[in-house]
Amino acid sequence: MSTDALRARASNRRDRPGGGRPKQNREAIFLFLPALLPVLLLSVYPLLRGIALGFTDARAGLNVDTNFIWFGNFGKLLHNDLFWDSFRIGLIWTLSVTILQFVAALGLALLLNTNLKFRGVARTLALIPWAMPPVVVAIMWRLLLHPTNGPVNEILQNLHLTDHPINFLGDFSTALPAVIVVGIWVGMPMTTVTLLAGLQGIDRSLYEAAAVDGASAWHQFWSITLPQLRTVIVAITSLDMIWNFNSFGLVYVLTAGGPGGKTMLPMLFAYNEAFRYGNFGMAAAMGDVMVVIIIVFLGFYLRNRLRSEA
Amino acid sequence: MRTRPATRVAQYVAVCCYLVFLAFPLFWLISSSLKSPQEFASVTPSILPKHPDLSNFTDALEEQGLVRSMLNSLQISVATTVLVLIVSLPVAYALARFRSRLRPITNGWILVSQVFPVILIVIPLFMILRPLHLTNTIPGVVIVYMVWSMPFALWMLQGYVSAVPRELEEAASVDGASRVRTIVLIVMPLLRPGLIATAMFTFISAWNEFFFALVLLQDPDLKTLPLVLARFVGAEGQVQFGPLAAASVLATVPSLVFFAFLQRRLTSGLLSGAVKG
Repeated sequence: MSTDALRARASNRRDRPGGGRPKQNREAIFLFLPALLPVLLLSVYPLLRGIALGFTDARAGLNVDTNFIWFGNFGKLLHNDLFWDSFRIGLIWTLSVTILQFVAALGLALLLNTNLKFRGVARTLALIPWAMPPVVVAIMWRLLLHPTNGPVNEILQNLHLTDHPINFLGDFSTALPAVIVVGIWVGMPMTTVTLLAGLQGIDRSLYEAAAVDGASAWHQFWSITLPQLRTVIVAITSLDMIWNFNSFGLVYVLTAGGPGGKTMLPMLFAYNEAFRYGNFGMAAAMGDVMVVIIIVFLGFYLRNRLRSEA
Repeated sequence: MRTRPATRVAQYVAVCCYLVFLAFPLFWLISSSLKSPQEFASVTPSILPKHPDLSNFTDALEEQGLVRSMLNSLQISVATTVLVLIVSLPVAYALARFRSRLRPITNGWILVSQVFPVILIVIPLFMILRPLHLTNTIPGVVIVYMVWSMPFALWMLQGYVSAVPRELEEAASVDGASRVRTIVLIVMPLLRPGLIATAMFTFISAWNEFFFALVLLQDPDLKTLPLVLARFVGAEGQVQFGPLAAASVLATVPSLVFFAFLQRRLTSGLLSGAVKG
């Protein structure tokens, strides 16, 4: 779309300040109506109730008294070492997966943006992980990483990189890195597709001008590609961060948090607290802490990004 | 732009490495699903099955729970998709066309629903659905999926609606067509590709969903496909790799078919949502 059209649209918007004309508001409400009740009942209300639940001692069971205990749960969490461990693991997982996924996806997106042959095929193949159910992904990687039947161990042994089979998902030192690799595998397509779309939106003439000025490919990447992609990068890495921090199914089936809690992501920890031990209030308090961490993290990240843009 | 031959070669090598990393796992899964138990017992796994046959698939399908869970998943995914489209389309239309006060509120809700960890939501959901006798039922899961698929569906549909030129509708209303008529006769046909993409995406996310189903469905007869597959794995030790791989392949087929269809469309839909939102 041309900038003129955009500008026209922006000024159009300015003509109708403060939430639009009353007639439009009425019509809009009518269109919202069918969605409103289910969303209020099953999304907005549970969200608020969930936050509030963190301040109570709610437990599973039909006839259990629930009391409001202010910050009681949070006080207990403060002294719960397992909980802190789980958060540390959650942060390592989130940051490594998000960063490595981004680097790998950017590389692939740049490659797919050149005029290689078979680009279409490559693009479709690159989407495979996205299409698969997380549970199947977990099962598949358990087959791949299996100590006796898995091809990964077979290849490593044939290359003489190891002389004994490694139990990737069962060993204390390899479990978290192995799970991170699977996380990267799952998230790469989405990130690649988004970055590729961003790359295709960059004006070719910028590169032509730079080439005339004799800028190297490397220089063009730093001074044109990255700055032009900034908004897309910020958007997709923020989303990746949130999704990774909140992820559950994949690791639940891969390791169930084991061995010895080495891959116990915060979501798994909270899930066990709620549905294994029945401590609803405590689990909700953990959820509250997770929300606060996500918001603080994103706040910092987005503020820094936006500031460097200014 | 001209590229040196050496760079070209390096690019192809790099693409190949990526594709091996991304595609080999699925290839291995399919190959495993065609192997005999004897081959799994051998110490050196081969890349291709020596005597490929479909016995793992028939074995997997003979497991009562598996077929049943596929039907459950199918039922839930279809119902969710239909409901999401019916409910989201008017909202997406309003979001794209009217500058109403509800717009920022809805977009805020879409964002918030992405940020919140599901653990916070699932406990109250459980508490709301229980007195309504909807826990442990398929309708209960369907309405939960419907509400939680909506943010993404709205995000996509909003972009598609904005892409329909407003002038077309204005022309129709000048000709005296009512708003509803305009939507049905002018907007809907143009939206069809977008609706199909959104429907497929909703179907897949319901088909793949694990967490809500894990919490809300306890009855073995109602369990969805991901739950049953996850339980197969849980019984480590006596787990039968062949049928497990076969069942996993079956669970992936719908997703692969759909994504092959819509991969191009999805990209543009996401992007237009992002730009216009």
